[in-house]
Amino acid sequence: MEFEAVIGLEVHCQLKTQSKIFCNCSADFGAPPNTHTCPVCLGMPGVLPVLNKKVVDYALKLALSTNCTINKKNVFARKHYFYPDLPKGYQISQYELPIAEHGWIEIETPKGGKRRIGITRIHMEEDAGKLIHHDTRPISYVDLNRTGTPLLEIVSEPDIRTPEEAGEYLKRLRELVRYLGISDGNMEEGSLRCDANISLRPKGETKFGTKAELKNMNSFRHVQRALEYEIRRQTALLLDGKQVEQETRLWDEARGVTLPMRGKEEAHDYRYFPDPDLVPLEIDEAWIKEIKKTLPELPQEKRRRFVEEYGLGSDDAMVLTSSKELAEFFEATLKGFNEPKKVANWIMVELMKFLNQDGIEIHECRVTPTHMAELLGLIEKGTISGKMAKEVLEKVYKTGTSPGEIVEKEGLSQVSDEDTLHAVCQEVMDENPKEVEKYRAGKKKVIGFLVGQVMKKTKGKANPKRVNEILIELLG
Amino acid sequence: MKISREEVLHVAELARLKFSNEEIDLFSRQLNDILVYIEKLNELDTEAVPATTHAHELKNRFRDDASSPSLSPEKALENAPEKEGSQFVVPRII
Repeated sequence: MEFEAVIGLEVHCQLKTQSKIFCNCSADFGAPPNTHTCPVCLGMPGVLPVLNKKVVDYALKLALSTNCTINKKNVFARKHYFYPDLPKGYQISQYELPIAEHGWIEIETPKGGKRRIGITRIHMEEDAGKLIHHDTRPISYVDLNRTGTPLLEIVSEPDIRTPEEAGEYLKRLRELVRYLGISDGNMEEGSLRCDANISLRPKGETKFGTKAELKNMNSFRHVQRALEYEIRRQTALLLDGKQVEQETRLWDEARGVTLPMRGKEEAHDYRYFPDPDLVPLEIDEAWIKEIKKTLPELPQEKRRRFVEEYGLGSDDAMVLTSSKELAEFFEATLKGFNEPKKVANWIMVELMKFLNQDGIEIHECRVTPTHMAELLGLIEKGTISGKMAKEVLEKVYKTGTSPGEIVEKEGLSQVSDEDTLHAVCQEVMDENPKEVEKYRAGKKKVIGFLVGQVMKKTKGKANPKRVNEILIELLG
Repeated sequence: MKISREEVLHVAELARLKFSNEEIDLFSRQLNDILVYIEKLNELDTEAVPATTHAHELKNRFRDDASSPSLSPEKALENAPEKEGSQFVVPRII
Protein backbone atom coordinates (compact mmCIF):
# COMPACT_ATOMS: atom_id res chain seq x y z
CA MET A 1 0.00 0.00 0.00
CA GLU A 2 1.22 3.47 -0.75
CA PHE A 3 1.08 6.08 2.01
CA GLU A 4 0.96 9.82 1.96
CA ALA A 5 2.42 11.97 4.74
CA VAL A 6 0.39 14.75 6.32
CA ILE A 7 2.64 17.32 7.96
CA GLY A 8 1.96 20.52 9.87
CA LEU A 9 4.63 22.75 11.38
CA GLU A 10 4.62 24.92 14.48
CA VAL A 11 7.31 27.55 14.33
CA HIS A 12 8.39 29.80 17.18
CA CYS A 13 10.07 32.94 16.00
CA GLN A 14 12.06 35.14 18.37
CA LEU A 15 11.46 38.83 17.72
CA LYS A 16 14.31 41.32 17.47
CA THR A 17 13.07 43.87 19.98
CA GLN A 18 15.14 45.86 22.43
CA SER A 19 13.05 44.99 25.49
CA LYS A 20 10.91 42.06 26.61
CA ILE A 21 7.23 41.68 25.73
CA PHE A 22 5.74 42.73 29.10
CA CYS A 23 8.56 44.52 30.96
CA ASN A 24 11.53 46.85 30.38
CA CYS A 25 14.25 44.20 30.75
CA SER A 26 16.65 43.95 27.82
CA ALA A 27 15.80 41.20 25.31
CA ASP A 28 19.46 40.85 24.26
CA PHE A 29 21.05 37.43 24.24
CA GLY A 30 24.35 36.26 25.59
CA ALA A 31 24.36 38.28 28.82
CA PRO A 32 25.61 36.60 32.04
CA PRO A 33 22.88 34.44 33.67
CA ASN A 34 20.05 36.23 35.46
CA THR A 35 21.18 39.77 34.71
CA HIS A 36 18.07 40.65 32.63
CA THR A 37 15.27 40.04 35.11
CA CYS A 38 12.81 42.12 37.12
CA PRO A 39 9.80 41.45 39.35
CA VAL A 40 7.52 41.24 36.27
CA CYS A 41 9.42 38.55 34.36
CA LEU A 42 10.38 36.75 37.58
CA GLY A 43 6.66 36.33 38.26
CA MET A 44 6.58 38.11 41.61
CA PRO A 45 3.11 38.62 43.08
CA GLY A 46 1.41 41.95 42.55
CA VAL A 47 3.29 43.09 39.44
CA LEU A 48 1.64 44.46 36.31
CA PRO A 49 2.77 43.35 32.85
CA VAL A 50 2.35 45.99 30.09
CA LEU A 51 2.47 45.08 26.41
CA ASN A 52 5.41 46.21 24.23
CA LYS A 53 3.81 47.94 21.22
CA LYS A 54 6.59 46.90 18.86
CA VAL A 55 5.67 43.24 19.34
CA VAL A 56 2.22 44.01 17.92
CA ASP A 57 3.79 45.99 15.04
CA TYR A 58 6.03 43.02 14.20
CA ALA A 59 3.16 40.54 14.45
CA LEU A 60 1.14 42.72 12.06
CA LYS A 61 4.03 42.86 9.59
CA LEU A 62 4.21 39.08 9.44
CA ALA A 63 0.42 38.72 9.35
CA LEU A 64 0.16 41.09 6.36
CA SER A 65 3.03 39.36 4.54
CA THR A 66 1.45 35.93 4.94
CA ASN A 67 -2.00 36.90 3.65
CA CYS A 68 -3.65 36.48 7.06
CA THR A 69 -6.89 37.91 8.34
CA ILE A 70 -6.13 40.22 11.25
CA ASN A 71 -8.36 39.96 14.29
CA LYS A 72 -9.41 43.40 15.45
CA LYS A 73 -9.94 42.16 18.98
CA ASN A 74 -7.06 40.45 20.78
CA VAL A 75 -6.93 38.96 24.24
CA PHE A 76 -3.96 37.51 26.06
CA ALA A 77 -4.48 34.26 27.93
CA ARG A 78 -2.65 32.36 30.62
CA LYS A 79 -1.46 28.88 29.71
CA HIS A 80 -0.77 26.92 32.88
CA TYR A 81 1.87 24.27 33.40
CA PHE A 82 4.73 23.64 35.78
CA TYR A 83 8.29 23.66 34.58
CA PRO A 84 11.40 25.17 36.20
CA ASP A 85 12.00 27.56 33.28
CA LEU A 86 8.55 29.13 33.83
CA PRO A 87 8.64 31.16 37.05
CA LYS A 88 4.98 32.26 37.04
CA GLY A 89 3.57 28.75 36.60
CA TYR A 90 1.84 30.02 33.46
CA GLN A 91 2.92 31.44 30.12
CA ILE A 92 1.20 34.54 28.76
CA SER A 93 0.05 33.60 25.27
CA GLN A 94 -2.99 34.02 23.05
CA TYR A 95 -5.67 31.37 22.79
CA GLU A 96 -9.15 32.04 21.46
CA LEU A 97 -8.36 35.37 19.85
CA PRO A 98 -4.91 35.28 18.22
CA ILE A 99 -3.70 38.30 16.27
CA ALA A 100 -3.93 36.63 12.85
CA GLU A 101 -5.57 33.64 11.18
CA HIS A 102 -6.25 31.95 7.83
CA GLY A 103 -3.19 32.97 5.81
CA TRP A 104 -0.80 31.20 3.47
CA ILE A 105 2.78 31.06 2.29
CA GLU A 106 3.64 30.13 -1.28
CA ILE A 107 6.36 27.52 -1.78
CA GLU A 108 8.11 26.20 -4.88
CA THR A 109 7.70 22.49 -5.57
CA PRO A 110 10.62 20.41 -6.91
CA LYS A 111 8.95 20.28 -10.34
CA GLY A 112 9.01 24.07 -10.55
CA GLY A 113 5.38 24.59 -9.64
CA LYS A 114 3.97 26.62 -6.78
CA ARG A 115 1.90 25.47 -3.83
CA ARG A 116 0.16 27.35 -1.06
CA ILE A 117 0.70 26.15 2.49
CA GLY A 118 -2.06 27.39 4.76
CA ILE A 119 -1.36 29.23 7.99
CA THR A 120 -3.86 28.39 10.70
CA ARG A 121 -2.84 31.14 13.09
CA ILE A 122 -0.14 33.50 14.30
CA HIS A 123 -0.10 34.52 17.92
CA MET A 124 2.08 36.52 20.30
CA GLU A 125 3.51 35.03 23.48
CA GLU A 126 6.38 35.19 25.92
CA ASP A 127 9.38 32.85 25.88
CA ALA A 128 10.46 30.72 28.85
CA GLY A 129 13.89 30.68 30.52
CA LYS A 130 16.85 28.48 29.76
CA LEU A 131 17.77 25.26 31.57
CA ILE A 132 21.26 23.86 31.65
CA HIS A 133 21.56 20.31 32.93
CA HIS A 134 24.61 19.44 34.97
CA ASP A 135 26.87 16.77 33.43
CA THR A 136 27.21 14.61 36.50
CA ARG A 137 25.17 15.99 39.37
CA PRO A 138 21.37 15.53 39.47
CA ILE A 139 20.70 19.26 39.14
CA SER A 140 19.75 21.80 36.49
CA TYR A 141 20.66 25.49 36.38
CA VAL A 142 18.00 28.06 35.55
CA ASP A 143 18.77 31.29 33.70
CA LEU A 144 15.73 33.56 33.41
CA ASN A 145 17.21 36.15 31.00
CA ARG A 146 15.12 34.74 28.14
CA THR A 147 11.94 34.63 30.25
CA GLY A 148 9.49 37.10 28.79
CA THR A 149 11.29 37.78 25.51
CA PRO A 150 8.76 38.09 22.68
CA LEU A 151 7.83 35.22 20.37
CA LEU A 152 5.48 34.75 17.46
CA GLU A 153 4.09 31.26 17.06
CA ILE A 154 3.18 30.42 13.48
CA VAL A 155 1.03 27.32 13.07
CA SER A 156 0.62 25.86 9.60
CA GLU A 157 -2.29 23.85 8.25
CA PRO A 158 -1.57 20.14 7.71
CA ASP A 159 -0.94 20.99 4.03
CA ILE A 160 2.66 19.79 3.78
CA ARG A 161 3.15 16.41 2.08
CA THR A 162 6.91 15.80 1.96
CA PRO A 163 10.02 16.59 4.03
CA GLU A 164 11.27 18.74 1.11
CA GLU A 165 8.12 20.84 1.22
CA ALA A 166 8.61 21.27 4.97
CA GLY A 167 12.14 22.52 4.33
CA GLU A 168 10.91 24.83 1.58
CA TYR A 169 8.17 26.25 3.82
CA LEU A 170 10.71 26.96 6.57
CA LYS A 171 13.09 28.63 4.13
CA ARG A 172 10.36 30.90 2.80
CA LEU A 173 9.28 31.76 6.35
CA ARG A 174 12.85 32.52 7.42
CA GLU A 175 13.39 34.66 4.33
CA LEU A 176 10.22 36.57 5.17
CA VAL A 177 11.07 37.35 8.81
CA ARG A 178 14.55 38.47 7.70
CA TYR A 179 13.19 40.70 4.93
CA LEU A 180 10.78 42.20 7.43
CA GLY A 181 13.64 42.73 9.89
CA ILE A 182 11.61 41.27 12.74
CA SER A 183 13.88 38.30 13.58
CA ASP A 184 17.34 36.85 12.91
CA GLY A 185 15.60 33.69 11.76
CA ASN A 186 18.53 31.56 12.80
CA MET A 187 17.53 27.97 13.59
CA GLU A 188 20.93 26.91 14.90
CA GLU A 189 20.87 29.71 17.46
CA GLY A 190 17.25 29.10 18.37
CA SER A 191 15.73 32.29 17.02
CA LEU A 192 13.58 30.05 14.80
CA ARG A 193 12.38 26.82 16.41
CA CYS A 194 10.27 24.20 14.70
CA ASP A 195 8.07 21.36 15.93
CA ALA A 196 6.34 19.07 13.45
CA ASN A 197 3.15 17.04 13.52
CA ILE A 198 3.20 14.10 11.14
CA SER A 199 0.82 11.29 10.33
CA LEU A 200 0.41 8.90 7.41
CA ARG A 201 -2.66 7.82 5.50
CA PRO A 202 -3.23 5.58 2.50
CA LYS A 203 -3.00 7.57 -0.71
CA GLY A 204 -6.43 8.83 -1.68
CA GLU A 205 -7.77 8.69 1.89
CA THR A 206 -9.11 12.00 3.19
CA LYS A 207 -9.23 11.22 6.91
CA PHE A 208 -6.10 11.85 8.96
CA GLY A 209 -4.12 9.07 10.61
CA THR A 210 -2.73 9.20 14.16
CA LYS A 211 0.01 11.79 14.41
CA ALA A 212 3.29 12.01 16.26
CA GLU A 213 4.70 15.33 17.40
CA LEU A 214 8.41 15.80 16.69
CA LYS A 215 10.64 18.11 18.69
CA ASN A 216 14.31 18.97 19.14
CA MET A 217 15.22 19.77 15.53
CA ASN A 218 17.78 22.56 15.39
CA SER A 219 18.29 23.10 11.68
CA PHE A 220 16.49 22.75 8.36
CA ARG A 221 18.43 19.56 7.80
CA HIS A 222 17.32 18.10 11.14
CA VAL A 223 13.68 18.84 10.31
CA GLN A 224 13.95 17.11 6.95
CA ARG A 225 15.86 14.12 8.30
CA ALA A 226 13.51 13.70 11.27
CA LEU A 227 10.48 13.74 8.96
CA GLU A 228 12.11 11.26 6.57
CA TYR A 229 12.86 8.93 9.47
CA GLU A 230 9.35 9.29 10.85
CA ILE A 231 7.79 8.43 7.47
CA ARG A 232 9.87 5.25 7.36
CA ARG A 233 9.00 4.37 10.96
CA GLN A 234 5.27 4.93 10.60
CA THR A 235 5.15 3.17 7.22
CA ALA A 236 6.76 0.08 8.75
CA LEU A 237 4.28 0.09 11.66
CA LEU A 238 1.25 0.44 9.38
CA LEU A 239 2.43 -2.23 6.96
CA ASP A 240 2.80 -4.56 9.94
CA GLY A 241 -0.80 -3.86 10.85
CA LYS A 242 0.28 -1.99 13.98
CA GLN A 243 -0.90 1.35 15.33
CA VAL A 244 0.98 4.63 15.42
CA GLU A 245 0.95 5.95 18.99
CA GLN A 246 -0.05 9.54 19.52
CA GLU A 247 3.02 10.82 21.35
CA THR A 248 5.80 13.38 21.43
CA ARG A 249 9.10 12.16 20.00
CA LEU A 250 12.51 13.79 20.13
CA TRP A 251 14.90 13.83 17.17
CA ASP A 252 18.28 12.35 18.05
CA GLU A 253 20.61 13.81 15.43
CA ALA A 254 23.63 11.70 16.43
CA ARG A 255 21.73 8.44 16.00
CA GLY A 256 19.46 9.65 13.21
CA VAL A 257 16.27 8.45 14.91
CA THR A 258 13.22 9.85 16.72
CA LEU A 259 12.61 8.50 20.23
CA PRO A 260 9.58 8.82 22.49
CA MET A 261 10.02 11.54 25.08
CA ARG A 262 11.02 9.90 28.33
CA GLY A 263 8.80 9.96 31.38
CA LYS A 264 5.07 9.98 31.76
CA GLU A 265 3.22 11.76 28.99
CA GLU A 266 1.44 14.59 30.78
CA ALA A 267 -2.15 14.95 29.81
CA HIS A 268 -2.20 18.49 28.45
CA ASP A 269 -4.63 20.49 30.49
CA TYR A 270 -3.46 24.08 30.26
CA ARG A 271 -6.57 25.68 31.76
CA TYR A 272 -6.34 28.73 29.51
CA PHE A 273 -8.19 31.81 30.68
CA PRO A 274 -7.98 35.51 29.80
CA ASP A 275 -5.16 37.23 31.65
CA PRO A 276 -6.82 39.77 33.94
CA ASP A 277 -3.59 41.81 34.15
CA LEU A 278 -3.53 42.64 30.45
CA VAL A 279 -6.26 44.76 28.95
CA PRO A 280 -7.71 43.78 25.56
CA LEU A 281 -5.86 44.87 22.47
CA GLU A 282 -7.83 46.40 19.63
CA ILE A 283 -6.31 46.90 16.22
CA ASP A 284 -7.98 49.41 13.94
CA GLU A 285 -7.66 50.00 10.20
CA ALA A 286 -5.41 53.03 10.72
CA TRP A 287 -2.84 50.91 12.54
CA ILE A 288 -2.91 48.24 9.86
CA LYS A 289 -2.52 50.90 7.17
CA GLU A 290 0.44 52.41 8.96
CA ILE A 291 2.17 49.01 9.14
CA LYS A 292 1.40 48.31 5.47
CA LYS A 293 3.33 51.44 4.57
CA THR A 294 6.45 50.12 6.30
CA LEU A 295 6.50 46.77 4.47
CA PRO A 296 9.49 46.28 2.15
CA GLU A 297 9.19 44.68 -1.26
CA LEU A 298 8.71 41.03 -0.33
CA PRO A 299 10.86 38.22 -1.74
CA GLN A 300 8.16 36.88 -4.05
CA GLU A 301 7.46 40.28 -5.64
CA LYS A 302 11.16 40.97 -5.94
CA ARG A 303 11.70 37.65 -7.71
CA ARG A 304 8.94 38.42 -10.20
CA ARG A 305 10.36 41.87 -10.83
CA PHE A 306 13.92 40.58 -11.32
CA VAL A 307 12.66 38.18 -13.98
CA GLU A 308 10.58 40.82 -15.77
CA GLU A 309 12.79 43.86 -15.38
CA TYR A 310 16.23 42.30 -15.80
CA GLY A 311 15.41 39.26 -17.92
CA LEU A 312 16.92 36.87 -15.38
CA GLY A 313 16.00 33.18 -15.23
CA SER A 314 13.81 32.23 -12.28
CA ASP A 315 16.60 30.18 -10.67
CA ASP A 316 18.95 33.18 -10.77
CA ALA A 317 16.23 35.47 -9.47
CA MET A 318 15.69 33.00 -6.63
CA VAL A 319 19.36 33.07 -5.62
CA LEU A 320 19.71 36.84 -5.88
CA THR A 321 16.62 37.50 -3.76
CA SER A 322 17.44 34.89 -1.11
CA SER A 323 18.39 37.77 1.16
CA LYS A 324 17.44 41.42 1.06
CA GLU A 325 21.11 42.39 1.28
CA LEU A 326 22.09 40.27 -1.72
CA ALA A 327 19.25 41.72 -3.82
CA GLU A 328 20.31 45.23 -2.82
CA PHE A 329 23.93 44.48 -3.71
CA PHE A 330 22.84 43.28 -7.16
CA GLU A 331 20.73 46.34 -7.88
CA ALA A 332 23.36 48.73 -6.54
CA THR A 333 25.96 47.14 -8.84
CA LEU A 334 23.65 47.69 -11.80
CA LYS A 335 23.73 51.41 -11.10
CA GLY A 336 27.43 51.38 -12.02
CA PHE A 337 27.37 48.63 -14.65
CA ASN A 338 24.01 48.08 -16.27
CA GLU A 339 24.27 44.55 -17.64
CA PRO A 340 22.03 42.44 -15.38
CA LYS A 341 23.03 39.01 -16.65
CA LYS A 342 26.77 39.67 -16.39
CA VAL A 343 26.38 41.22 -12.97
CA ALA A 344 24.20 38.31 -11.82
CA ASN A 345 26.79 35.78 -12.98
CA TRP A 346 29.71 37.52 -11.39
CA ILE A 347 27.91 37.82 -8.07
CA MET A 348 26.49 34.30 -8.03
CA VAL A 349 29.51 32.45 -9.37
CA GLU A 350 32.62 34.37 -8.44
CA LEU A 351 31.72 36.45 -5.40
CA MET A 352 29.49 33.85 -3.77
CA LYS A 353 32.27 31.29 -4.11
CA PHE A 354 34.31 33.32 -1.62
CA LEU A 355 31.31 33.96 0.63
CA ASN A 356 30.45 30.28 0.77
CA GLN A 357 34.07 29.34 1.48
CA ASP A 358 34.12 31.61 4.50
CA GLY A 359 30.49 31.04 5.44
CA ILE A 360 29.66 34.75 5.53
CA GLU A 361 26.90 36.94 4.14
CA ILE A 362 27.29 39.54 1.43
CA HIS A 363 27.04 42.52 3.80
CA GLU A 364 29.82 41.05 5.93
CA CYS A 365 32.40 41.07 3.13
CA ARG A 366 34.71 43.85 1.92
CA VAL A 367 33.54 43.90 -1.68
CA THR A 368 31.09 46.74 -2.38
CA PRO A 369 28.71 47.19 -5.33
CA THR A 370 30.98 50.03 -6.49
CA HIS A 371 33.95 47.62 -6.58
CA MET A 372 31.92 45.08 -8.51
CA ALA A 373 30.75 47.61 -11.11
CA GLU A 374 34.29 48.99 -11.48
CA LEU A 375 35.70 45.49 -12.00
CA LEU A 376 33.18 44.65 -14.72
CA GLY A 377 33.90 48.02 -16.33
CA LEU A 378 37.59 47.14 -16.48
CA ILE A 379 36.80 43.91 -18.34
CA GLU A 380 34.46 45.73 -20.66
CA LYS A 381 37.10 48.32 -21.56
CA GLY A 382 39.63 45.56 -22.20
CA THR A 383 41.92 46.74 -19.42
CA ILE A 384 41.93 43.28 -17.88
CA SER A 385 40.82 39.86 -19.09
CA GLY A 386 37.97 37.98 -17.45
CA LYS A 387 40.50 35.55 -16.06
CA MET A 388 42.58 38.32 -14.56
CA ALA A 389 39.41 39.89 -13.18
CA LYS A 390 38.79 36.79 -11.07
CA GLU A 391 42.19 37.23 -9.47
CA VAL A 392 41.57 40.92 -8.93
CA LEU A 393 38.21 40.14 -7.32
CA GLU A 394 39.90 37.78 -4.89
CA LYS A 395 42.28 40.59 -3.92
CA VAL A 396 39.42 43.05 -3.49
CA TYR A 397 37.65 40.45 -1.35
CA LYS A 398 40.70 39.98 0.83
CA THR A 399 41.82 43.60 1.17
CA GLY A 400 38.89 45.86 0.37
CA THR A 401 41.14 47.83 -2.05
CA SER A 402 39.38 48.99 -5.21
CA PRO A 403 39.90 46.98 -8.41
CA GLY A 404 41.33 50.00 -10.26
CA GLU A 405 43.94 50.54 -7.60
CA ILE A 406 44.93 46.87 -7.55
CA VAL A 407 45.27 46.75 -11.34
CA GLU A 408 47.38 49.87 -11.34
CA LYS A 409 49.59 49.03 -8.36
CA GLU A 410 50.31 45.51 -9.54
CA GLY A 411 50.63 46.41 -13.20
CA LEU A 412 47.91 43.97 -14.20
CA SER A 413 46.43 45.86 -17.12
CA GLN A 414 46.45 43.99 -20.40
CA VAL A 415 49.19 44.58 -22.94
CA SER A 416 47.19 46.12 -25.70
CA ASP A 417 50.07 47.92 -27.34
CA GLU A 418 50.05 46.41 -30.84
CA ASP A 419 53.81 46.56 -31.43
CA THR A 420 54.59 44.76 -28.20
CA LEU A 421 51.99 42.08 -28.92
CA HIS A 422 53.34 41.54 -32.45
CA ALA A 423 56.86 41.22 -31.09
CA VAL A 424 55.89 38.64 -28.48
CA CYS A 425 53.87 36.65 -31.03
CA GLN A 426 56.82 36.59 -33.41
CA GLU A 427 59.09 35.52 -30.57
CA VAL A 428 56.81 32.61 -29.68
CA MET A 429 56.67 31.53 -33.34
CA ASP A 430 60.46 31.61 -33.57
CA GLU A 431 60.77 29.47 -30.46
CA ASN A 432 58.24 26.88 -31.65
CA PRO A 433 59.01 26.14 -35.31
CA LYS A 434 57.44 22.67 -35.17
CA GLU A 435 54.06 23.99 -34.07
CA VAL A 436 54.21 26.70 -36.71
CA GLU A 437 54.88 24.04 -39.34
CA LYS A 438 51.98 21.91 -38.10
CA TYR A 439 49.66 24.89 -38.28
CA ARG A 440 50.69 25.72 -41.78
CA ALA A 441 50.21 22.07 -42.72
CA GLY A 442 46.57 22.42 -41.70
CA LYS A 443 46.53 21.51 -37.99
CA LYS A 444 44.80 24.73 -37.04
CA LYS A 445 44.20 23.57 -33.47
CA VAL A 446 47.83 24.17 -32.64
CA ILE A 447 47.06 27.86 -32.43
CA GLY A 448 45.67 27.29 -28.93
CA PHE A 449 49.10 26.20 -27.77
CA LEU A 450 50.75 29.27 -29.33
CA VAL A 451 48.21 31.62 -27.72
CA GLY A 452 48.95 29.92 -24.41
CA GLN A 453 52.69 30.58 -24.86
CA VAL A 454 52.06 34.26 -25.55
CA MET A 455 49.83 34.51 -22.46
CA LYS A 456 52.60 32.87 -20.44
CA LYS A 457 55.21 35.30 -21.66
CA THR A 458 52.97 38.28 -20.89
CA LYS A 459 52.02 36.79 -17.51
CA GLY A 460 48.38 36.68 -18.58
CA LYS A 461 48.24 40.35 -19.36
CA ALA A 462 47.69 40.06 -23.11
CA ASN A 463 44.19 40.15 -24.51
CA PRO A 464 43.81 36.54 -25.69
CA LYS A 465 41.33 37.44 -28.40
CA ARG A 466 43.71 39.96 -29.93
CA VAL A 467 46.66 37.53 -29.63
CA ASN A 468 44.66 34.97 -31.54
CA GLU A 469 44.00 37.45 -34.32
CA ILE A 470 47.66 38.56 -34.55
CA LEU A 471 48.88 34.95 -34.68
CA ILE A 472 46.48 34.06 -37.49
CA GLU A 473 47.73 37.08 -39.37
CA LEU A 474 51.41 36.20 -38.85
CA LEU A 475 50.96 32.49 -39.56
CA GLY A 476 48.79 33.11 -42.60
CA MET B 1 -23.27 17.69 42.53
CA LYS B 2 -21.71 20.28 40.24
CA ILE B 3 -18.24 18.79 40.57
CA SER B 4 -17.19 15.17 40.88
CA ARG B 5 -14.60 13.78 43.27
CA GLU B 6 -12.52 12.82 40.20
CA GLU B 7 -12.50 16.41 38.97
CA VAL B 8 -11.34 17.62 42.36
CA LEU B 9 -8.55 15.03 42.35
CA HIS B 10 -7.57 16.09 38.81
CA VAL B 11 -7.40 19.77 39.74
CA ALA B 12 -5.35 18.88 42.83
CA GLU B 13 -2.96 16.86 40.69
CA LEU B 14 -2.54 19.72 38.21
CA ALA B 15 -1.72 22.04 41.13
CA ARG B 16 0.64 19.40 42.59
CA LEU B 17 -1.40 19.22 45.78
CA LYS B 18 -1.91 16.09 47.88
CA PHE B 19 -4.92 15.72 50.16
CA SER B 20 -6.29 13.14 52.55
CA ASN B 21 -9.61 11.43 51.73
CA GLU B 22 -11.36 13.57 54.31
CA GLU B 23 -9.97 16.76 52.73
CA ILE B 24 -11.05 15.66 49.28
CA ASP B 25 -14.59 15.11 50.59
CA LEU B 26 -14.56 18.47 52.31
CA PHE B 27 -13.24 20.39 49.28
CA SER B 28 -15.63 18.62 46.93
CA ARG B 29 -18.50 19.75 49.08
CA GLN B 30 -17.18 23.31 49.40
CA LEU B 31 -16.40 23.68 45.71
CA ASN B 32 -19.85 22.37 44.94
CA ASP B 33 -21.41 24.98 47.21
CA ILE B 34 -19.45 27.72 45.46
CA LEU B 35 -20.49 26.52 42.02
CA VAL B 36 -24.13 26.27 43.02
CA TYR B 37 -23.98 29.80 44.37
CA ILE B 38 -22.31 31.16 41.22
CA GLU B 39 -24.86 29.35 39.11
CA LYS B 40 -27.40 31.88 40.29
CA LEU B 41 -25.93 34.22 37.69
CA ASN B 42 -27.30 31.98 34.97
CA GLU B 43 -30.78 33.04 35.94
CA LEU B 44 -30.08 36.43 34.39
CA ASP B 45 -30.94 36.93 30.74
CA THR B 46 -27.60 37.93 29.13
CA GLU B 47 -28.71 37.33 25.55
CA ALA B 48 -28.14 40.96 24.54
CA VAL B 49 -24.89 41.43 26.48
CA PRO B 50 -21.70 40.86 24.46
CA ALA B 51 -19.20 38.42 25.94
CA THR B 52 -16.36 40.14 27.71
CA THR B 53 -13.07 39.15 29.26
CA HIS B 54 -12.55 42.07 31.60
CA ALA B 55 -14.79 43.99 33.99
CA HIS B 56 -13.51 47.41 32.92
CA GLU B 57 -13.46 49.18 29.58
CA LEU B 58 -9.74 49.82 29.33
CA LYS B 59 -7.94 48.73 26.19
CA ASN B 60 -4.67 49.30 24.31
CA ARG B 61 -2.23 50.10 27.08
CA PHE B 62 1.32 49.91 25.74
CA ARG B 63 4.97 50.34 26.59
CA ASP B 64 7.47 51.71 24.08
CA ASP B 65 10.19 49.29 23.11
CA ALA B 66 12.96 50.64 25.35
CA SER B 67 14.95 48.79 27.95
CA SER B 68 15.88 49.99 31.40
CA PRO B 69 18.22 48.47 34.00
CA SER B 70 17.19 45.12 35.46
CA LEU B 71 17.65 43.74 38.96
CA SER B 72 21.14 42.70 39.98
CA PRO B 73 21.56 38.92 39.92
CA GLU B 74 22.04 39.02 43.72
CA LYS B 75 18.65 40.67 44.12
CA ALA B 76 17.00 38.38 41.56
CA LEU B 77 18.27 35.29 43.37
CA GLU B 78 17.58 36.55 46.88
CA ASN B 79 14.57 34.29 47.45
CA ALA B 80 16.01 31.24 45.71
CA PRO B 81 16.00 28.16 47.95
CA GLU B 82 19.10 26.99 46.12
CA LYS B 83 21.61 28.80 43.91
CA GLU B 84 25.12 28.54 42.52
CA GLY B 85 26.93 31.61 41.29
CA SER B 86 24.27 33.65 39.54
CA GLN B 87 22.10 30.64 38.63
CA PHE B 88 19.03 29.15 40.24
CA VAL B 89 19.50 25.47 41.03
CA VAL B 90 16.64 22.97 40.70
CA PRO B 91 16.47 19.17 40.86
CA ARG B 92 17.41 17.75 37.46
CA ILE B 93 14.25 17.47 35.38
CA ILE B 94 15.28 15.16 32.53
